[in-house]
Amino acid sequence: MNALQHKYAKDIEKVLAKYPADRKQSAVMPLLYIAQRDGGYVTKQDLVEIGEILDMSTTEVASIVGFYTLYHDQPAGTYRIQVCTDLSCALRGADEFLENLCENVGIKVGETTEDGLVTIEAVMCLAGCDKAPMFQVQSPEGIEYHENQTVESTLALIESWKQEKED
Amino acid sequence: MAEQKVTGHHILLRHRDIPEIGEFEVYTAQGGFETFKKVVTTMEPEAIKQLVLDSGLRGRGGAGFPTGRKWMFVDDNNWPHYLVVNADESEPGTFKDREIMSKNPWQFLEGIMCSAFAIGANDIYIYLRGEFWQIAHELDRQIEKLHAESLLGEKLFGTDYALNIYTHLGAGAYICGEETALLNSIEGIMGQPRLRPPFPPAVGLYGKPTVVNNVETLANVALILEKGAAWYRSFGTAESAGTKVFSLSGRVKKPGNYELPLGTTYRQLIYEYGGGIMGDGKIKGIMSAGASSAVIVATDEVLDTPMAYESVPSLGADLGSASVIILDETVDMRWLINKTIDFFKHESCGKCTPCREGTFWMQKLTTRIASGDAGEADVELLHNVAKNMQGKCLCALGEFSTMAVASSIERFSEDFKV
Ligand SMILES: Cc1cc2nc3c(=O)[nH]c(=O)nc-3n(C[C@H](O)[C@H](O)[C@H](O)COP(=O)(O)O)c2cc1C
Ligand code: SF4
Ligand code: FES
Repeated sequence: MNALQHKYAKDIEKVLAKYPADRKQSAVMPLLYIAQRDGGYVTKQDLVEIGEILDMSTTEVASIVGFYTLYHDQPAGTYRIQVCTDLSCALRGADEFLENLCENVGIKVGETTEDGLVTIEAVMCLAGCDKAPMFQVQSPEGIEYHENQTVESTLALIESWKQEKED
Repeated sequence: MAEQKVTGHHILLRHRDIPEIGEFEVYTAQGGFETFKKVVTTMEPEAIKQLVLDSGLRGRGGAGFPTGRKWMFVDDNNWPHYLVVNADESEPGTFKDREIMSKNPWQFLEGIMCSAFAIGANDIYIYLRGEFWQIAHELDRQIEKLHAESLLGEKLFGTDYALNIYTHLGAGAYICGEETALLNSIEGIMGQPRLRPPFPPAVGLYGKPTVVNNVETLANVALILEKGAAWYRSFGTAESAGTKVFSLSGRVKKPGNYELPLGTTYRQLIYEYGGGIMGDGKIKGIMSAGASSAVIVATDEVLDTPMAYESVPSLGADLGSASVIILDETVDMRWLINKTIDFFKHESCGKCTPCREGTFWMQKLTTRIASGDAGEADVELLHNVAKNMQGKCLCALGEFSTMAVASSIERFSEDFKV
């Protein structure tokens, strides 16, 4: 048993039960999400261990990480604020929102705050096009939508994370 | 065209009429899961397929293929069969499946359960885009509830029929909405499209006969089986039966989902339901099917066109997933095509050269054109690149990427004058 199996035995078992016994490779995406719960990104060791569990080469697992935008191979802020700047949102002020937000937080798109709490990213359509400006927050706890946002409401959200961290 | 009936009530967005329908008890109090029971205990799969064919239901994922016909293609000499639900919903401007699954989940689930029985599938995979993480977790809980209620599992209602549902989360890739890329993604390999034929009803998930249908398509099925094909056909037009959830976005006062009979006009959608243009400005263009669609010049004639599978093509566009993006006179078409190409360049899976290279060059050119530094020759070159890609790409994404570009240059030439 490797470290991942040790830590998440039950979750891994549940995931594997979803697919035919001879089709274990199907579990690669859910296992990557499980691996990402620690630290918000997939480590080299995770690739090796997922490969062991699913009989895949490390390269194969890495190719999956590279193909999808929600898997990360580098650490970033605990909370990734992913603002949609795609067409429908941009028609309702998303680009200006992102610019103002970055200015207020004091970082550029793609950067992380010094305390390591927040990364701001621009992403493609999130299926919330009627509620722009909107973003999702990707964190170790999962993904959460925030719609009809203003810079003020977003700054308040960031403030609440800071409080939580201090408590 | 058949006469339209305005329903005054919802078929799909029923939570807008019955607010608590997301509660299991409220849904069953409305007769929920009675149809599933009737189907499993008294109906033959062939009869169900025929009924769905007769209802005129067509795929809501974009192509509008008759659902009953697709089900009839499933190869009965090769088992097991799978039902895969396409909940990838990643087309810019599309947000209907998200509302259906999160607000009216039991009807969606009953629809997919009846559909699975019709095609002889014992396993259903719901493929959700990774961003729908919360919805997937809700669905997992709802699936557990269905097991607890003996509506899923072995020997349902004392018959030999067994059924299970599993959710599978994607991880941020528009191409995984293409049905064969989606199947690869479930199989744990890179989500790139397969060569077709064979089509999924012959060779699909794990090489087995598979039906891939959109969320909205299948959310209709339980009610069609309950009330009959003639009932469903009483909404919409002769060739476009039923209602459709139109996702309205862009420069309108009241963006949102509107469930209306197919055949409703653009004018009704935009002005009656959408409240008209922001700031009472002037409408300029319509994208009828999200970022993948050609842009239509919004003339009076266009506004009076029915939104139906058979009518929109006369405007040089498609109904598609009916994600209607409204452009007003503040929108510069040079900016618009740069936005759409940013999307397609980002989402091209890179498997075939025309799409990979084409989106790369179109991004370079549209960026220059949008910044105002381009000459007439650049616009001409861009148009050529787009036209040359058409018909040469392995999957429809490549083709989609050219639609807004080519149509904007052709139909809004004023915006491209230097
Ligand atoms: C690039 C691309 C993206 C697509 N995205 C979706 C999607 O997000 N949801 C969907 O239902 N269909 C999508 N489709 C269409 C599917 O390939 C398929 O036709 C559809 O799921 C069939 O279901 P239906 O017959 O119920 O419409 C996409 C197609 C392409 C080419
Ligand atoms: S057309 Fe584009 S998205 Fe489709 S297979 Fe080719 S490269 Fe991939
Ligand atoms: S365009 Fe932003 S959520 Fe769809």
